[in-house]
This record gives sequence, C-alpha cells and structure tokens, in this order.
Amino acid sequence: MDYLLTEEQQMLRDLARQITNERIKPIRAELDEEETFPWDIMNDLAQADLCGTVIPEEYGGLGLGCLENVLVLEALAMGCVGVATTYAASFLGAYPLLLYGSEDQKQKYLPPIAKGEALAAFALTEAQAGSDAGAIQATAVKDGDFYVLNGAKQWITNAGEAEIYTVIAVTDRVKGARGASALVLEKSDPGVSFGKKEKKMGIRASTTREMILEEARIPRDRLISKEGMGFIVTMKTLDNARPGAGALAVGLAQEALDEAAAFAKERHQFGVPIIHFQAVQHLLADMATKVEAARALVYAVARYIDTRPKDYTKVAAMSKLFPTDMAMQVTVDAVQVMGGHGYMREYPVEKMMRDAKILQIYEGTNQIMRNIIGLALNKEYSKKK
Amino acid sequence: MLKIIVCIKQVPETQDVRLDPVTHTLKREGIKSIINPFDLYAVEEALRVKEAQGGKVTLLTMGPPQAEEALREALGYGPDAAVLLSDRAFAGADTWATALTLGRAIEKLGGADLIFTGKQAIDGDTAQVGPMLAAILNIPFVAWARKLTFTDNNRLQVERMMDHGYDAVEVELPALITVVKEINEPRMPSFKAKLKAKKEPIPVWGLNDLGFQPEQVGLAGSFTQVVKVFPPPARGQSETWEGPAPELAARLWQRLKEMGRS
Amino acid sequence: MSLIFYAEKCTACGQCVDVCPFGILRLEGGALSIAEGCNLCGACVEVCEPEALALPEEESPSPRPEVPPDGVWVFAEQRHGELAPVALELLGEASRLAGTLQAPVAAVLLGDKVDHLAPALLTGGAQKVYLAEHPLLAEFLEESYAAALTELAQKFQPEIILAGATYAGRAFIPRVAAALKTGLTADCTAFAIDPEKRLLLQTRPAFGGNIMATIITPRTYPQMATARPGVFKALKPASSGEAGSITGQRPVPLNNLVAGEIIRVELESLKTSPQSRFIKTVAEIKERVPLGAAEVIVCGGRGLKEAKNIKLLEELADLLGGAVGATRGAVDAGWIPYAHQIGQTGKTVAPKLYIAVGLSGAAQHLVGMQSSDFIVAINKDPHAPIFQVADMGLVGDLFDIVPALIQEIKKDKG
Repeated sequence: MDYLLTEEQQMLRDLARQITNERIKPIRAELDEEETFPWDIMNDLAQADLCGTVIPEEYGGLGLGCLENVLVLEALAMGCVGVATTYAASFLGAYPLLLYGSEDQKQKYLPPIAKGEALAAFALTEAQAGSDAGAIQATAVKDGDFYVLNGAKQWITNAGEAEIYTVIAVTDRVKGARGASALVLEKSDPGVSFGKKEKKMGIRASTTREMILEEARIPRDRLISKEGMGFIVTMKTLDNARPGAGALAVGLAQEALDEAAAFAKERHQFGVPIIHFQAVQHLLADMATKVEAARALVYAVARYIDTRPKDYTKVAAMSKLFPTDMAMQVTVDAVQVMGGHGYMREYPVEKMMRDAKILQIYEGTNQIMRNIIGLALNKEYSKKK
Repeated sequence: MLKIIVCIKQVPETQDVRLDPVTHTLKREGIKSIINPFDLYAVEEALRVKEAQGGKVTLLTMGPPQAEEALREALGYGPDAAVLLSDRAFAGADTWATALTLGRAIEKLGGADLIFTGKQAIDGDTAQVGPMLAAILNIPFVAWARKLTFTDNNRLQVERMMDHGYDAVEVELPALITVVKEINEPRMPSFKAKLKAKKEPIPVWGLNDLGFQPEQVGLAGSFTQVVKVFPPPARGQSETWEGPAPELAARLWQRLKEMGRS
Repeated sequence: MSLIFYAEKCTACGQCVDVCPFGILRLEGGALSIAEGCNLCGACVEVCEPEALALPEEESPSPRPEVPPDGVWVFAEQRHGELAPVALELLGEASRLAGTLQAPVAAVLLGDKVDHLAPALLTGGAQKVYLAEHPLLAEFLEESYAAALTELAQKFQPEIILAGATYAGRAFIPRVAAALKTGLTADCTAFAIDPEKRLLLQTRPAFGGNIMATIITPRTYPQMATARPGVFKALKPASSGEAGSITGQRPVPLNNLVAGEIIRVELESLKTSPQSRFIKTVAEIKERVPLGAAEVIVCGGRGLKEAKNIKLLEELADLLGGAVGATRGAVDAGWIPYAHQIGQTGKTVAPKLYIAVGLSGAAQHLVGMQSSDFIVAINKDPHAPIFQVADMGLVGDLFDIVPALIQEIKKDKG
C-alpha cells in the first residue's frame, strides 16, 4: 500500500532495507545462535547516519521525526528484531536527554550517540519494580556536588556495551513516585558494573544484563531536569518509544508473512503448491490483513506525534499494543503455514516467533498498555459527560 | 591531494535473469538496473585511499541518460563528484570504444593519479575496459588487486590474484588498478551523502564535449561487432532418480563406471 | 546508429520485448517503443518473425586492410618453466582454424629460460615458436608482457592471436589489443572461421551465461580473443607406437626432433625500464588437483550447511581422483577459500565429470560449469535449477546419498 511517503522518507527506508538485506539477513541466524552482539551492524548503521534519525541536526543527527524513526525500525526488524532492539534501545536511552536534558548535557551526550560512536541505554527496571515503576529501590543521594547511586537495574538492554546510561533512581523516598529522578551515567563512572549476560528466548543478538551501582559517585550536573521528575521523564520517554515497538512488530510480522507465503508457493503437497489450498490461503489472508492494519495504525500515530500534540499517551500505547499482539499471532501462524519446516532452525520463522514474544512484554507489557488506554478512556468519557 | 577516478557501470541485475528451460528465452520480469557489484569495491577502495592519503574521488561512467541514477547512487557512498558520458553516438560501444571514450574524459578531467575499476562488469564479463583504458592513457596497471599499500607517496604495492595464488607487484603512480572483491568490504551508503547526491549537479559530456567524430566512438568506433545472439546449447535429456540413498548411490556408481569404460 | 523499426510490419507479438537483454523494448498500447540504451546486440532481430526489426547496415569507415601474413598465433602461457594447459588446448584449436584458413600456426613463448618448452609447442601444433627470453619476463607483469607481445605482433603481423582467459591472459591481452588498435573478445568458448571473409567467429557467453553471442573483428588485424581454459582440445601427441600417424589437421613429427622453427627475438620494448615491477609471490594456492586441470570435480553449495561438511566432498573427490569446487554461497559462508569458487565470479571449469552436491544451480554458477561433459546433481529439492542442466539428477538428502556413494566406491575398489 502507498502511505504517501515523501521521497526523503522512501530513501531513508530503502537505506535501512539495504542494511537489512546486505548486512543483517546473511548473519541473523548466526547472531541468534551464538548470541553475538551485532557491533558490525551498529557500525554500518552509524556509517549510514541512521544512529541520529531523531536527534536534532545541531547535535549531529538528522533531525527527523517519529514517522522516519518507525520506517527505519520496521525495515531493520525485517532483518532481525534482536538487532533492531539494540538500535532502538539506544534511542530509549537518548530520549530523556532529548526531551529534558540541559543544553550542556545535550551538547555532551547527543553527538556521540547520533554519530554512532556511543550507544545509550535506559535503566528503569529492577527486580521488584517491573510494571510497577513506582516501586524502584535504587537510590541517588546528594553529597555536596555529587550524587551517590546505589542499587541494581535488571534486564537492561545494551548494558555493558553502551557508553551512556539514563538511570531512574529515588532521590526522595518519602515522595513515592514523585521522589524518583533521572540521571546520566557513563560506563566508566566509578561504582558502575554489569552482571551476567541473560540467556533469552528470543532477540538473542541483543544484550540484556544487570547494571550494578555501588557507591557510584557522579557530578551533580548529571541530573536530568529536576529532582522528582524521574517518573515523568520515564513516561514521556516510553510514549515516544512505543510507536517504535509497534514498528518492530510490523517489520517482523511482514517478514514472517513473506517467508510463509514464499514457502507456500514453493512447497508442493498432493501435487500442487500448498498456497492453492484454501486452508493455507485463509491463514495468509488473515496474516496479511493484520500486518497492514498494524502498519496503518503505527504510521498514523507516528504522523500524529509529529504534529507535536500535547498528550499522546493513549495513542502511543495503542500503537504498541495492537501491532505487538498481532506480530505474535502472525509469527505463530507463519510457523503453522510452514509446518515442520517452520519449526526447524534451518528456516527463519521459528526465530521470528521467539523474537515476537518480547514485543508483548518490553517497554510496558501489553496488559499495562491496556491499563493506560483504559485510564485515558475513563478520563475522556468523564470530561464528555 | 590524490586525484582518484573510479569508472563504474550500470548493469542489469543478472542474478535475477533466468533462462526459461523450455523456450530458452530470458525471463527478466522486473529486472532492475544496478551498479555493477564489483565497482562498489572499487569505489570503497578509492574512498579508503582518499581517507588515508587525502584526495578527491570522482566517478565516471558511460551509458544512457539513466546511468545518472547509478552515479547518484554511488555518490551516496561518499565520492566527491561524478561525470556522465552520454551521447547517442556512444551507443553500442565495444570495450575499445568504451575505453577510448573514458580515456578522453579522464584527460578532460585533467588526468588522474589513480584510477580504479571493478574487475569486470557482470553483464559482459569481459574485464577488458580497465586494461584497455590503461593502455590508452599509457599508464601502468595491475589487474585483480586484493590489497593495496602505499610504499611512498608515489608508489603502490599491490597484491593481485593469479591462477597460482597471489603476487605482490609495485607500481608507480599514475596507475590503474582493477579490484577483486577480496580487497575490502564496501561500507553502507550514508543518508547525508545520499541527500547531497540527489542535488549534486552531474555534468553530462557528449561527443562534442570530448571532441570526437561520430565514427570514432560507439558502434561505429568499435573494433568488434556482435553478429549473432542465441540461447546457450541445451544439454542432453536428463534423468532424475528418487529413492533410498544406498540404492541411488549404487546406481550412480554403476553408471559412472560404465562411463569410465567408454 | 540505432535499431531500425518498421512499424507497419510489427505484429506486436512481444517476442522482442521478452528477449531484449537490456529491457529497453516495451509494448505500449500495441505499439513498440525503443528506449535509449540499445547497443544493437540483435537479440530482437533474431526473434522478429515479420522482420520488423533490423540492424543498421554497417558503414565501414575504413576498408579492411590486407590479410597479415603470419597466420594464427597462440600465446603460450607458462610460469616458472611450466606450460599452462590452455596453451596446448589453444594450439589444438589454432591448428583446426589454421587448416580452414590455410595459414601457419605459431606459438609465442615469453619468459626467462623457457626455451625447453618450445619442442612441446611444436608437437602441440605450432610450426613456429617465437621465443623472447628476458629477466623482466621471468614473472608475469602486465606491462612487460603487454609490451613484448605488442612488439612481436607489430613485427611479424599475425592474422589472429588467441590466448588463455587465465588471470594473466585476461589482464594483459586487452592492453595488447588496445596498443595494436584492434578488437578483442573475452573468454570465448567456441571459434569458427567464415572462410569467405576469413573472419574469426568468436562465440562467448554473456549475461551470466544466459545468452551466447558471436562476435567478429571485421575491420582490423589481428583478430584477437581470449579463450576459456578446459574448453578446447589439445592435439594428441603421437606416441612411439603410432609413428607417423596423423592427428588433428597436420602431421605430428616423431620424438624430440620436432620439425619447425624456433625464432629467438630480442625485444626493443624491454630495454626501457618499466613503471611497475614484480616483487614476490605472496601465496601459492595449494590444491591437491588444480581445479582447472581436474577431470572430476565435486562441487558443494550452501546445502552443505557447515564448514566441516566440506570433508565429505574431499573424501568423494579423493576417491574419484578429482578436485573440490564450491559455489559462491559456500565461499561467502567462509567454508572454503575463494580459490575453489566456480561460477561467474570464480573459475570456469569443464571437467569430464561434475558432481554438484547441495547446490541449487544459480545462473551465475551454471556459467562456470555447464560445459562439463557429464553433470550429476544431488539435491533434495526436485525443483532446483541444477537439475535442468544435469545429465543425471538424484533427488534426496546429500547427507544420505554422498556417504552411501563413498561406501559404494570403497566397497567396489576393495
């Protein structure tokens, strides 16, 4: 379908597809099998200027919007969601700075991210604080011109590989959620270390580790915005990232559909290609319809966000919820279309099915997405009465 | 400041070309034009030399007006400038007439210290234009390079591929080098360079710009002439066997032995 | 000059659109349109039944010069005093062509201390050997070799020059052709003579082997071509038991007292020092049996799945006294060095027996092996294109069939 993309947007998407086809697809099975961090591909993305899509030009980026971001993410997810997650997680780490950073912080941290010289990461989750972000335990205590951080952040994408971390920690225990603050940490800061590499079901090219803070002493000017803004910084960061998660789902599901449909045309049973059977056609028809519906939603929300509306929390949640649930169904069906072949690691769809699952979980589980949407509806309809 | 010129060619993506087994016609639905894949290695090597030694990389191609697309695409990898040689009179050029035209354009560009080409183009597979161009410009050249090292500002050590292995040869600049794909891994294009490439003015030089007479170039200026094009000869009727592996293996070996005796 | 189109004869059948290798012909609303980029290859003219398409008459800007006196030359490639097999293959072919032309055959031998090779060239079909020995020719160097052959050709005026399409041949022969201002056809797989016009008809594959083209050099001399190793047949040298027998076009003399002339030439062109120099051989490719010379090749593709399975091919190749080849896919995967690559971007081979194992048969691979005498394909996908060119196809898992075949051969050979 034609989504009326500008020439520049098509160019950007085609460039990301070129990286997918030439660099990611040839090695995605190996990256998955060996759980290798995709540094070569990150360097390719840097070379292509894609590490700075949403970072303003004055900080060395391309200064593009949410729609361009989702176009790139969709294209990369057609190659490998593990790689695309690594790439997207860097933006997740950069958003707090982009949205709330001081001029000095932006000058210092955004250019290396935009040029792809440094990866970023976002450190929110803890052992006891997942969906309940208000329950975080990590602390940042002011000590003269410094903050001293203690605690452990769990399942941090890019941990250990990234140079720049935005960390959410409690600066005032008494204030609850309003007592959390966002701070920038560098990999080389004293007291920063990383735990073991997690063994995951999918997205195995991406790195997920614990980030351990032991008396991590950092200058005061690492605080992003003001004390107590941590929760708001987090919510806004996730609002901006969620269409991206939806885009990963669309790219992944499209690729699964492409694989399944191509297989169905080649695979002969009872003397004909199996795509001739209605049972298979109907599966493929549902898959294709869902992919297109999800894509339309993601693009529409991204375009809406690019108009800089005041509040887009609800639609951002929708743009993550629907596509990621869709990707799970479509990848399961892709395996079904391909039967025994689909289940074998020799074919790429079993990996896609494993990769799809995380999309329903990370950046806010889909249950939390429904909560967010439900809450927004409750508010909207109270106003209307 | 090295003056580096890379000669590239726009070719049909022959990987997708399939021969219809029955009719022996080319099935080429939706075949698009691409930059000859080997030329991307030449572009990359030129960029690496520029990054290491300083210089300017200029792309040069001869082709129909749409070959401009190939130049713009190649500019996306980072070269500084491009020139298109296009004229109806250039059409149908063989390798000699192509090399002659490229050579004149290089002279018009003020010559070059280093000229790169891919080892061959995937449509014609002749690998002749590079060496002929070197002859026309009367500069030394090395074919099938897989590694370049500057021994001083004016001297290049080249490792080149041969039937027996790899040789190292030294060559004085100006020189022409044709590269094999072992030489490097081409980078990805950059978005900023692509944006710039879109707007970059690309001069188009024709017959008069290069001071040729029509009979010197194109088909008229070619020394060779295609007289016939036909599908490759069909192979003999093939047999296909299916069945348990040991049985297939036994039958095959039996057959090979019979052949060996005949 | 452009393609001639007689619109009134056109039936809009679309045949020409299908065959145009450049995709520049299009049927729009029943009318044929010809876009720019036609190089007058003539593919459309061949298929146009109503003769609505025609090639422009060649306007010959200069009349063809007089036929040069020195017949058919073969560049006798050697390295370190060892002849490349293609040299004798081309002498065989040259003898055949020279028979039609009633012209002599000469070999050109360049090198340093290589005169011991001359007798083999004379028994191989040459009546004359031009021998140029010089330290600068000890190792192959584009510049020196091109200068040497150019000088010889200018001096002795051959009608035709053939050379092997080896790495060396394809590197320096174009330079010679350009210096002599004559045409050159690369990588030919067949030659013939148009006896009336004394034209060398040079046939070669193009477009990744999907079409064959016959090319002539109508206006200039010498007519030059490089030819694929392994395609042409060397003359069978007479053995002692068949003294006086005739092979090929001409009598082959007995033993070492070969008839024919060895002409030593002092080259002027090597007296000036070249702008390039040979330093050293960095690495020799060690093949158990060189691919180019192997009578049996076992070639594997991506179907092998892992580097270690190359062993399976090696075992089979050893049993058959052959060499191992690989597709680009297997080479790109890093399972086997590039030197083993067969196909458009690798080597071209034409063994007696070619066993294709776990490779689908992409057009670019087929180009490199389809002139093999007998092709066996082993692949589990019955629709794989390799079966289209195979003389014998075995549908099944290579990991079952190849070990079974190895067993079978071992059993048989005891």
